[in-house]
Amino acid sequence: MKKLGNFVRDNSVPIMFIIICAICIPLSGFSPAYLINEIITRLGRNAFLILSLLIPIMAGMGLNFGMTLGAMAAEIALIFVADWQIWGIPGVVLAMIVSIPISVLLGWLCGTILNRAKGREMVTSYIISYFINGCYQLVVLYMMGPIIPIKHSTIKLPRGYGIRNTVSLLNMRQVLDNAWAIRIQGVKIPVLTLVIIAIMCLIIVWFRRTKLGQDMRAVGQDMEVARSAGIAVERTRILSIIISTVLAGFGMVIYLQNMGNISTYSAHSQIGMFCIAALLVGGASVDKASIGNVFLGVILFHLMFIVAPKAGAVITGDSMIGEYFRVFVSYAVITVALIMYETKKRNQKSNAARQLELDQKAEEAAK
Amino acid sequence: MEETKTTTFMDKLKGMVNSFGLPRLIIAAFLLVLFIAAPFVGADFWTQITNTINRFSWNAIMVLAMVPMIHSGCGLNFGLPLGIISGLLGATLSIEWGFHGFFSFIMAIVIATPFAILFGLAYGALLNKIKGGEMMIATYVGFSSVSFMCMMWLLLPYHSPNMVWGLAGKGLRTTISLEGYYDKALANILQINIGKLSIPTGTLLFFALFAFLMWAFLHTKTGTAMTAVGSNPTFAKAAGIDIDKTRMLSVVMSTWLGAIGILVYEQGFGFVQLYMAPFYMALPAVSAILIGGASVNKASITNVIIGTFLFQGIVTMTPTVMNSMIHMDMSEVIRVIASNGMILYALTRKTEATK
Repeated sequence: MKKLGNFVRDNSVPIMFIIICAICIPLSGFSPAYLINEIITRLGRNAFLILSLLIPIMAGMGLNFGMTLGAMAAEIALIFVADWQIWGIPGVVLAMIVSIPISVLLGWLCGTILNRAKGREMVTSYIISYFINGCYQLVVLYMMGPIIPIKHSTIKLPRGYGIRNTVSLLNMRQVLDNAWAIRIQGVKIPVLTLVIIAIMCLIIVWFRRTKLGQDMRAVGQDMEVARSAGIAVERTRILSIIISTVLAGFGMVIYLQNMGNISTYSAHSQIGMFCIAALLVGGASVDKASIGNVFLGVILFHLMFIVAPKAGAVITGDSMIGEYFRVFVSYAVITVALIMYETKKRNQKSNAARQLELDQKAEEAAK
Repeated sequence: MEETKTTTFMDKLKGMVNSFGLPRLIIAAFLLVLFIAAPFVGADFWTQITNTINRFSWNAIMVLAMVPMIHSGCGLNFGLPLGIISGLLGATLSIEWGFHGFFSFIMAIVIATPFAILFGLAYGALLNKIKGGEMMIATYVGFSSVSFMCMMWLLLPYHSPNMVWGLAGKGLRTTISLEGYYDKALANILQINIGKLSIPTGTLLFFALFAFLMWAFLHTKTGTAMTAVGSNPTFAKAAGIDIDKTRMLSVVMSTWLGAIGILVYEQGFGFVQLYMAPFYMALPAVSAILIGGASVNKASITNVIIGTFLFQGIVTMTPTVMNSMIHMDMSEVIRVIASNGMILYALTRKTEATK
């Protein structure tokens, strides 16, 4: 019984979501085939992005709200590739390659700033994402055209500089997803995308065992101990953010090729929030996340996302309610997860203090 | 001889820069340049001043709301939307219950108060449980409450025809005009008009009253206790101060001031903005107080006044000056970079990283 209680407490968020989905699915009236199709599409679209969050968690830097930086790097890369008119799979690969240097630069910047704000990484990375968003707008809205050459007027705003609100990627729309796609009873399975995601999972599993991966876990456990063990703490932390940013860049390219267009100024703004919410829904916490959390999270979170507006419309007669409900749930999940993490951290601290006190007393008594 | 003089002067200058903070200096210099440039590019100087003062008067109380929580060591109140929501509840209920004119403003404050206290108590209790992680959780408490209220604005049984959607007859509109209610309720009191310069004296006095009360409060016994809790919790505990209670009080004060702040903002702006509007309102207030010289654990009334003036000055001046100078409106981008850059600067300063 106690075991069951612990299980429920440890997995309260996924269980809550399963209940929400179980109530909403029949209300929404969607057919199972439609739901499975949507879930698989969204799995292919989002899983890679969410995988990018795992490494900073491993290094004890919490949820990397700065993954938005990678998303912005990917958008810049895709704008270039669209301007060079390189389409199809070569375009996707080229965009990933072009995004690497931008991601590395931004990731390095983010990591360096976060090293100056130890203990409040999350709020800092969150503000960094806003700050870099400002810089991104400066580059894309004002510098692309006069300073950074953009040839095609289909991408540029009519005024002659700056990028349009949407950049069409029609010629590379779902090229990865369609490459080896299989259809089973109307359900399209984007095999190539899923294979890429699976390879990424294997890489993460392998990475955990490398020297760098071990270092990161040590740093995540205790920075001071890691430092005295001769690990370059600052460097390891920066590397974890750089890797995360680069992966987020790749993930964003996959995401956008599925969408088929770039909302130049808004595509990245919500992506961090949704990815983090999905990861947390999968049962991850601020200091612990596994690949299983990623997949469970994508499925549950997006199931809720698909059915909530329709179910809300059925219950209240207003489709906006469901729309707002899913936004509320995304934020509430992050809030609850953050609160649980902080209370746990505090309890551990006070437990440690109590233990120390007991030990001291025992020592005195022994004397 | 000459050389030593210059070095001491340089040292003095460096000391001044250090105490004032480099980013603050850059922002102040930038604003100064804008003011100087304004007449040359054809923007009317007095209109600009009027706009800046107006916007100052709208926003100052929301910036003031940051002070108590910074003093008690809860950090920057990214959860300001919670206070704003109490204010919005006050505003909408005051209109719903048929109050008009200036009286509707008073009633809005009266109605908002219990909500602010209630929300503040819950929010404070939460923050007491998670000491050390306040800022991140505050942000998300703000976000969740705003998105929760989005549903409530649609579902709550409001009926006033001035507020609900005309066709459906229910659900509040995204913006509600305050004409006939408390539009310019404070601004019109004792308004001074000299040529193109007009000063909303009433709003400024209202802010001055609150600023004075805050200053006075910080010098009372409870106020000094609050500062002690923020600067040295161990010492405060030893001195017999109830830390949790003091922090709770600061959160309630901050939330209530947020509620008053949004009402003052609305009376100047002339509209009530609902739904996602309060979402990003914490960030301008946070960066304003930081620009004014506050840090994550230190803030004064002077910081509030200087910060709001500088921040709102830049917000109002950049569009006009930039537009007429280079025919591009870069103000939004500059505002985003400057305000978030300021918050980043405050978060990363080494001396304050250890609380």
